[in-house]
Amino acid sequence: MTHHSSNDVREAIEQVIHAEYGRVLAALSAQFNDIAAAEDALQDALIAALRQWTTNGIPRNPAAWLTAVAKRRAIDHVRRDQHHAAVPDDALDTLPAPSASGDEEFLMTDPDEAFPDERLKLMFACCHPALALEAQVALTLRTLGGLTTDEIARAFLVNEPTMAQRITRAKAKIRAAGIPFRIPDPSLLPERLDAILAVLYLIFNEGYASTHNRAHLRRNLCAESIRLARIVVDLLPDAPIRAEAEGLLALLMLHDSRRDARHDAGGGLIVMEDQNRALWDHAQIREAESLLERALKRRRPGSYQIQAAISALHAQAPTYADTDWAQIAELYSVLMSLSDSPVIALNRAIAVSMVDGAAAGMRLLRPLASALDDYYPYHVARADMLRRLHEREAASDAYDRAILLCHSPREADYLRKQRQALNDY
Amino acid sequence: MKYMLLIYGKEYSPAEVSEEEQQAEMAQYFAFNEHLRQRGSEYQGEALMPASTATTVRVRDDKTITTDGPFAETHEVLGGFYIVDAKDLDDAIAIAGMIPGARKGSIEIRPIVVF
Repeated sequence: MTHHSSNDVREAIEQVIHAEYGRVLAALSAQFNDIAAAEDALQDALIAALRQWTTNGIPRNPAAWLTAVAKRRAIDHVRRDQHHAAVPDDALDTLPAPSASGDEEFLMTDPDEAFPDERLKLMFACCHPALALEAQVALTLRTLGGLTTDEIARAFLVNEPTMAQRITRAKAKIRAAGIPFRIPDPSLLPERLDAILAVLYLIFNEGYASTHNRAHLRRNLCAESIRLARIVVDLLPDAPIRAEAEGLLALLMLHDSRRDARHDAGGGLIVMEDQNRALWDHAQIREAESLLERALKRRRPGSYQIQAAISALHAQAPTYADTDWAQIAELYSVLMSLSDSPVIALNRAIAVSMVDGAAAGMRLLRPLASALDDYYPYHVARADMLRRLHEREAASDAYDRAILLCHSPREADYLRKQRQALNDY
Repeated sequence: MKYMLLIYGKEYSPAEVSEEEQQAEMAQYFAFNEHLRQRGSEYQGEALMPASTATTVRVRDDKTITTDGPFAETHEVLGGFYIVDAKDLDDAIAIAGMIPGARKGSIEIRPIVVF
């Protein structure tokens, strides 16, 4: 074998492993009820795969092969150490007898055998309410997101040892407390699914709105949250329970469709009003729209579906001014009836100001003053409405307050330009 | 797995609770015990004497220090416990939610070490 082709094989193997890692880890975790033990066993199997696949070729069902070998390796460990309690007895029953020869290992998996996808079970364990939210996020990204601990640590602005410890502790708690790897009972399912969706939304927002500058990390988080949301949608039954998962996936895809239009060459932020809409990912928008349509037909409305519907109206509009603001204002009213949040009221006020004028918007902003005084988008909205009412001085003061409160230097730059532009009116 | 369900709540003096209220709560606990028997969960459970009867023991440098009172003085104190067999944490959470004390106080769930 030439050096070149052996490199090709290695690359192909690594690609397969990367693609199958989450599924295999999920299958092993669900079987062992223990993520750390599953990771150890999978590590052993990956070493065996690199050796055997280089000689024998990649098996037709690599995930099943890796899972079977990993289980065997775990059982070898148990046999060596009789006191090892990580692998339950019934895990031993489903396996073929051990053999010494690698060839037999290679042949023992049936390539056409259905390989169960247990990733949703793993996600329910990772997002269990007995774990702190920050641990849920880290563990989900580590086990199913395929990010390294270092990448997760940098994304969440903590150092690597801290993040490693957070993940290790979470795995230990899952094992010790008996957090199950299963689809929750129907009575618990909606609330537990909400927890998963909340974690995925949080991961997305960390990527979308984060204040630090590493563009590839931010993009990674958005892409991972979309990939994971897609897994959730695919693995849930085709039933009303799936509606909000589809709504979230549509919402994330719609936000993400604007990724190439949101920053200028220097990395500065471009708000939606000023974005070049030709740069939006229109194929992704169409896919999100059909997802949302499917979700809405299930007749189980929820906040993600409504937010996605709002985002879809923005995506369909030819310009900022020619947006269906009346319907957006209406959807924000529905959202307010689900959760009475001043941030939603603020967004509704902005939409109303586009339909009925800045004075009408200002009337809706006034009651939010005390709740949102520390929230810079409130002051941005005020500044914009005051500008439209030709109250230049008050608008300038509102920009000052927004600049003071906003955390991101990019947004501050943008707001300074807006304040400067007041002189042009 | 075996879980210990620790029942925390406010302590009431006999004067604060009427005879009827006490009877009603006992009936709820009997019903809960009956439920555990019906679902086939092995359990043990006891109610504890008031926290004022508690003693805390620590050993420091081979000296036993005995102090008055429960380990931590808080608003809610340990009032009783169950040790139950449950399938997993979700099952234990479901059982804990059925303990009458969960409605007024809180239940701490602790997995039990198997040696």
